[in-house]
Amino acid sequence: MSGKIKALTKNQLFLPFAMMVLVLLINLIKSPDFFAINIQNGVLYGRLIDILNRGSEIAILAVGQTLVVAVSAGTDISVGSVMSLTACGTCMLLAGYGVNSTTTLAVPLVVGLLFGLILAMCCGAFNGFLVSKLNIQPMVATLILFTAARAIGLLLCNNQITYIRYEPYKYFGNFIPGCPVPTAIFITIVVVAVVMLFLKKTAMGLYIQSVGINKKAARISGLNSSNICFMCYLICGLCAGIAGIVASSRIYSADSNNIGRNYELDSILAVALGGNSLGGGRFNMAGSIIGAYTIQAITVTLLAMGVSTDQAPVVKAIIVVLIVTAQAPAFKAFLAERKAKKLVQVNETQNKEAA
Amino acid sequence: MRKTLSVLLTAAMATSMLAACGSSNTQATTAAPAETKAAETQAATTAAPAETTVAEVTEAAKEAAASGDTITVGFAQVGHESDWRTASTNSVQAALSKENGIDLQFVDCDNDSAAQLEAVRNFIQQGVDYIVIDPIVSTGWDTVLTEADDAGIPVIVIDRTIDDSDKYVSWVGSEFTNEGLAAGAWLKAYVADKGISEVNALVISGTTGSSAQIGRSNGFDKYVESEKWNKIDEQTGDFTQEGGQKVMESYLKSYEGKFNVVVCQNDNEAFGAIDAMKAAGVSYGVDGDVIVISFDACTAGLQKVLAGEINADFQCNPLQGPDCLNIIKKLEAGETVDQKTFMAEPWYVAEDKLKDITYTNNSGKEVTEPLVVVDQAVVDAAY
Repeated sequence: MSGKIKALTKNQLFLPFAMMVLVLLINLIKSPDFFAINIQNGVLYGRLIDILNRGSEIAILAVGQTLVVAVSAGTDISVGSVMSLTACGTCMLLAGYGVNSTTTLAVPLVVGLLFGLILAMCCGAFNGFLVSKLNIQPMVATLILFTAARAIGLLLCNNQITYIRYEPYKYFGNFIPGCPVPTAIFITIVVVAVVMLFLKKTAMGLYIQSVGINKKAARISGLNSSNICFMCYLICGLCAGIAGIVASSRIYSADSNNIGRNYELDSILAVALGGNSLGGGRFNMAGSIIGAYTIQAITVTLLAMGVSTDQAPVVKAIIVVLIVTAQAPAFKAFLAERKAKKLVQVNETQNKEAA
Repeated sequence: MRKTLSVLLTAAMATSMLAACGSSNTQATTAAPAETKAAETQAATTAAPAETTVAEVTEAAKEAAASGDTITVGFAQVGHESDWRTASTNSVQAALSKENGIDLQFVDCDNDSAAQLEAVRNFIQQGVDYIVIDPIVSTGWDTVLTEADDAGIPVIVIDRTIDDSDKYVSWVGSEFTNEGLAAGAWLKAYVADKGISEVNALVISGTTGSSAQIGRSNGFDKYVESEKWNKIDEQTGDFTQEGGQKVMESYLKSYEGKFNVVVCQNDNEAFGAIDAMKAAGVSYGVDGDVIVISFDACTAGLQKVLAGEINADFQCNPLQGPDCLNIIKKLEAGETVDQKTFMAEPWYVAEDKLKDITYTNNSGKEVTEPLVVVDQAVVDAAY
């Protein structure tokens, strides 16, 4: 039995998961009905649903970000801006250039969505090219689109917020009529499942790890390192695009200044909270996704506890510091050492008593 | 010719600055935003099409060259980041027009405070008669305003404020505290009219620390205190629709059935809050259980008032043009002008039960102001 518990606590996912549960449990103090889920107005209703629903964007971003971190030991800081660009591109095409509110679509919905996703993949490809082929530092390479993508989106939307007041466009971020589960949850499940299957069913997961640990060694052993790196950035771009469409659909508009703002930081934090090293190499996708929902859980908790707005960032920072510290190798080593010392002391006293 | 050349040079400089800008935007917003679209302002300017600026300045230069004995006015505008700002620009351009005997030189500074200082210096060198500034940041003006003062050019400040210099003749803008007070006064009259005995209010505030948020919160809070209303909670929605939606979703779970008033500090937040209430099946607006109050009164906001989804919308008036013209005319006639001019701001409501509201404004004066019932004509005429 104790062996089983030990195996469980040794699991890389144990700490991130325990942290998330802890954050959720804090809520019980203030509102005992935190975990209540019921059906209201025909849809699922409750704080847990909110976390799953609102955390979708960060979770989708975290999927792409994990791959990028693993393969290149760097972060893609352009994902938030790419979200915004995707939203703008999609809405611009759907509404027609220069129109700032429409109830009928200029092109079929699918065309608009595809256009947005292609834009996002172009961004991913651009980042991937800079990093994998030109060997530019990931943060510097993605800094270009971090600044530019949002601006291009603004140009596409003619400096306005473009509204798509067309019911089906709202489905992705809200509810499909008759379905009680928020659509964003399905989208996240599909994205995660596809990427997980891709990593598990092909050797890609292993390849990404090898390139992340040692690019040159991977190449010498026959892997096309730069292509693998390129592909990770491409997937990251696509994930950002999907997240952008969800975010845009929630507010049925393209608010280029605000969509995806600071999401790049949340996605990186999600990877870190999931117990992944930002130094690349080994990675754990499930950890990142747990990390993403932990961030959302913290946000929802702060709102539920009624923490005042000016104090919220500080409280959030403290929680993040605690979680990160608990998972830091140095901290774990410190705990292990203390435990060992205690054991030695116990042994010594026992020996003395015996003598 | 020299004039034209110097203006063109400024334009070239502004253009080159544009190329490098992008990161400096946020700073300007945190420092100054005397308007509700603060959140929008944040990254807005990055994409500014450089050609427009050049074209506008060249046009201004041509006008300058053509000027005879008309009054020349230089106008250094913040940028063009929101509908609100565009409305402000259009208003000044329309009021300070050739028909009114004024030759306006307009410079769009694109949220670049260095470019704005340069534009003002340039106006001084050209020897314009008046300078109108909507300051991007509130500090760093002392030197250049002293230069203007030495050259004998009166400076009129609009919208945002200047903190480190008093060398300007007048300021024209909105008093956010009055907007909050008016909202409180309206709510007091409205609940009395409806026979609602208890007010349980939830506030979705704007970007924390922005002047619009501080003013509107302070104004409304005075009524919360004096009327013994119950303000249940106040959280920020960052002036965005998504923010309003998120905060409202949480409110609905925490305080379901315990509130009957929602105050959103701009229209975008109100749209988000309305969506969240709709999704949860809570009735709101004119025929609903929850009274919705919003600020800004942009076109889309007024449409919601017309539809009865927002009960009252308190405008932040972007039309500073007529007041500027008024000040210039007074100065021309040798009269003195007020240090501060607060613009008339219409208060829009969905129902025609109340005709006006009376309240003590921030300057301690008791005022009675009319309530405008929104119809299609009002929406069409909105900025």
